[in-house]
This record gives sequence, structure tokens and C-alpha cells, in this order.
Amino acid sequence: MKTIRQSGLVRHHSTAGFHRSTGWMFVSFALILVGVFSIYPVISSFLLSFQTGRGAVYHFNGLGNIQRLLKDTVFLQALKNTFVYFIFQVPIMIILALTIASVLNNPKLKFRGFFRIAIFLPCVTSLVAYSVLFKSMFALDGLVNRMLLAINVVAEPIPWLLDPFWAKVLIIIALTWRWTGYNMMFYLSAMQNISPSYYEAARIDGANAFQQFRYITVPLLKPVILFTSVMSTIGTLQLFDESMNITGGGPANATITISHYIYNVLFRFTPNFGYAATISYVIVFLVAILAFVQFKLTGDDHAA
Amino acid sequence: MPHEQLLLRRLRGRPSAGLVFSYVFIIIVAAFCLFPFLWMVIGATNVSKDVSMGKLSLGMALFDNFANLNKLVNLPLVFRNTAFVTLVGTFFTLLVASMAGYGFEMYRNRHRERLYAFLLLTMMIPFAAVMIPLFRIFAKVQLLNSFIAVILPSVASVIVIFYFRQSTKSFSRELVEAARIDGLSELQAFFYIYVPSMKSTYAAAAIIVFMSYWNSFLWPLIVLQTNDKKLLTLAISSLSSSYTPDFGVIMLFIILATSPTLVIFFAMQRQFVAGMLGAGK
Repeated sequence: MKTIRQSGLVRHHSTAGFHRSTGWMFVSFALILVGVFSIYPVISSFLLSFQTGRGAVYHFNGLGNIQRLLKDTVFLQALKNTFVYFIFQVPIMIILALTIASVLNNPKLKFRGFFRIAIFLPCVTSLVAYSVLFKSMFALDGLVNRMLLAINVVAEPIPWLLDPFWAKVLIIIALTWRWTGYNMMFYLSAMQNISPSYYEAARIDGANAFQQFRYITVPLLKPVILFTSVMSTIGTLQLFDESMNITGGGPANATITISHYIYNVLFRFTPNFGYAATISYVIVFLVAILAFVQFKLTGDDHAA
Repeated sequence: MPHEQLLLRRLRGRPSAGLVFSYVFIIIVAAFCLFPFLWMVIGATNVSKDVSMGKLSLGMALFDNFANLNKLVNLPLVFRNTAFVTLVGTFFTLLVASMAGYGFEMYRNRHRERLYAFLLLTMMIPFAAVMIPLFRIFAKVQLLNSFIAVILPSVASVIVIFYFRQSTKSFSRELVEAARIDGLSELQAFFYIYVPSMKSTYAAAAIIVFMSYWNSFLWPLIVLQTNDKKLLTLAISSLSSSYTPDFGVIMLFIILATSPTLVIFFAMQRQFVAGMLGAGK
């Protein structure tokens, strides 16, 4: 080794080879860990989804798990709940976050730093902590109902935790509180990269604030909006902490999420790893499909 | 004449209707965002019955709540456990992820580029799809109910690797070349040249990783089984799901559990936001 290094000509060649192995050394820990704790499990889960059994003994079951899945009313309910969260919560949050960001992007507004921090602050809380916080505010004779009664919005207290409809509304309110500021930060930083000259030109042409928002801000932010919607969608499909800690999945599974149901199949009922794996693959496919659809949609829009 | 009036009004600098509307809107939104924090503080000073009745003024029960919390939860143990998992986890995650990000960017080659693209794809794998085999792996090697099992699966965080690789693009290669000429090994160059010059990247990444360990819930809920291994999130969740949850006590507990992340947030706002958004750029 020493002799090779001393000779200038060979040295160049040797360092190149040396660097190749050094590169592997730097990335190897990560690759091994991802292999063992991500790639092996996702394959293993796939194989497991065709097996059934209890405890440690499993046998091949073909598509039996999928047949069971299609008849499983709790699973179908969980799927439906997840779609309700996705269809209502994600658009509400993204429109709200965009509106807040464009208001905060106005240089004439004072105390912008304060407002930005205040609206971002919910992101600092843990999912468990904020879930429990919301649970405490939305009790039948609790704070929110008392306030709503006091300002005469409702005549009777809303059964937030007891009614299937209102329990979903509660989860949507909670999710929106927790994540709007996070998305708003993405939009705000993207808006700061838009040249003010676009807006000046639009104003000269007589465009009002809404038109500027609709025809300048939104099109230019499309990539960020796409990114945040994909992230939120994936997040929605994987909801667990809120369902577990705000409503406990109830009443009568009206708010249970797919992940929460998997947890129940694994640890609350007689554990069936095979069936739980089948359910988890529903999330895998939905994540893949929805991400693909969203990419496709914005892509086509962009071309048009 | 009306034209001149309009001009005069504009010259006086009266705030437009749009701006007034903006203020009203943003104040309402900010109030909604901040209110639960206020509620949390008020709740911690009230007895459970008042909290669930929605009492909105400070009470006298703060010290009673603290005494009761101490009876219900072994606070020093739970904080020690959470701090251990968080600090050890954050350390190893930063080490492994920054080495990988550095390796992928500084020593580019075709095979590694392909693996990197594949690695990014694994980010899409939902946790639910891996947690069952993960549970079985740790059961097989008899490491259930250990902190190793909590930490190990998230050490090679792809999003953090990505973050480090992106940041390494702005790191000047000449520094490493110079180190090589000075006779430093490749590893020494990494630890003595790269790490110190990337302090702000490490700070931003550390905050995010810290948060994710401190707040992790589902995986610890699955692998940790005994009371002596409880983490903060698990303790909060089990208190609130008891038959008669004491909400005053729980509010106080949430304040204690959230305060470290709040302190970090206010002390390092810029890195905090940079870290949160880092993956998106």
C-alpha cells in the first residue's frame, strides 16, 4: 500500500478505487437498516397477507383474506371514514392554508411575524397531546358546547363524541387545527419567490385581489400545492393517533381509521397477523394510486 | 369632483377595505390557533369537573393536580425514558443519515444513484405495512419491550438522508480535497471538516428528529409493554383513556410533556421551520 501511494502515477488510480469503496462505507449503515427495517418488512407483509392463522402458526390462504376483507363491515367502515377525512379535510385545509399564506404575504400587514408564529404553533404539539386537548374541549357539557350555546349558534349541545356525524366533524376540525399552519408555511415560502412584478402588471390590468390570487398565485404554486396534497393524503390514509385518542374510533366505529383497525386486529382481538397484513396492503395501494392520480391531474393541467 | 375626492382619500393613506378584512381574518385564525394553548394552561389549574364543564378562568388546583399526577404517573421515570429514547435515537439518526447523505453526494456513482432513487421510493411505504413484520422481527430476537426496538427502525430515516444530501450540494468539495492533501482519511475528513461546517443543517435536522422521537406513539405503543418502559405519549394516552380521566391532571401533564418542544421552537425558530420544510424543497 505504501509503495503504491508513493508513486505518483498509480496513486491517482488507487484513490479512485479507494473512493469507490469509501462511498459504500458511508452509505452502508443506512442501506442495511433500510433493508432490514423497511424493505424486508414490506415484502414479508405482502407474503403474510396471503396467509392466515393465530399466534405463531400460519398457513397459505390464497385470496381468503381479501374475500374476508370485502365482507368485513368494520373494515369497510374504516375505509369510508378515511375517504370522508380525505375528501373534506384535505381541501378545506389546503384552501385555508393558501388563504392565510396570501394574507400574510401582504407587506402592508403589520405583525406578520407574530401571526405566522401563532398559526404555526399547533405543529409544535404532539399528536397525542393535541388529541387529548381536543377531547377535553368537546365534551357534551364541555367548553365548546357551552360557548356555542352562549352565542346562540345551537339550541342544544352537540354530541361531538357520541354522534357518528359530529364525531367525524370533530376529527376534521382537530386535523385542520393541527396541520393548516404547517401547509401555510410551505405556501408562504413559495409565495416569497414570486416576483412582485407579476402582481404589479395584474393591478395595472385591473385585476382585483381575488383575481390575482386565482390567476397568479395559485398557478405558480401548483407544484407546492401538489406536494402538500400528496403529503396530506398519505397522512390521512395513515391516521392513527387522533382516532385512538380523541374518539377511540367510536361511536360504533364511526371514526375508526384503517391503521386503528389494524391495531385492533393485531392487539385487541385474537391476533391474526396475516389478515392485518392484508388490511395494511390496502393502505399501500391507496397511497400509490392517490399519489399517482394527483400527479397525473396536475401534470395534465400544467400541459393545458 | 368625485375623481379628486378619490385621489384625496388615497393620499390620506386610509387602509383599504381589503386590508381591514385581512386583519379581521388573520386575527380570528390566530385566535383559533392559540386558544387551545390558553385552554391547556387554564385547565391545568382547575379540578377535573371544572375542566370538563368548560370553566374558562384560572383555578386553584394547580398544586393538587401536580400531586395527583405524581401519584398516577412515575414522572421522573417517564421523562427519563423519553429523554433516553429521544437523545440516543436523535444521535444515531443524525450520524447514520448524515453519513449516507454525504456519501451519496460526495462519492457519486451509477449504482449508488440507482439505490438512492430506490431509497426515495421507500419513503412512500406506509408504516402500517411494515409494523407487523417489524413486531415479529423484534419478537424473534427477543427485543420486544426494549428501547432498542423503539429506536432502531427509524434510525435510517430516508427523509433525513435526503435532507442531508440536498444540503451537502452547497458544501464546498475543496475543503475535503484540502483535508486529503493534509493527510486526513476520508472518515476524518467527514468528522473534522464536514460535520463542523454543517452545524446549521445538523441543528435543523436534529430538531425534526428530536420531535419525531419525543412524540412517537404508535410504534412504542406496539413494542413497549411494561410500565417501567412507559414513554410520555403512552402515559398521556393511557391517562386520558381511563374510565374517569382527570382532565386537570392531564392538562398539566400535557404542558410538561410539550414544554421541551415549545422551548426548542422558540429558541431556534428559524432552524425549526427550516427543518420542517426542508424535505419539501
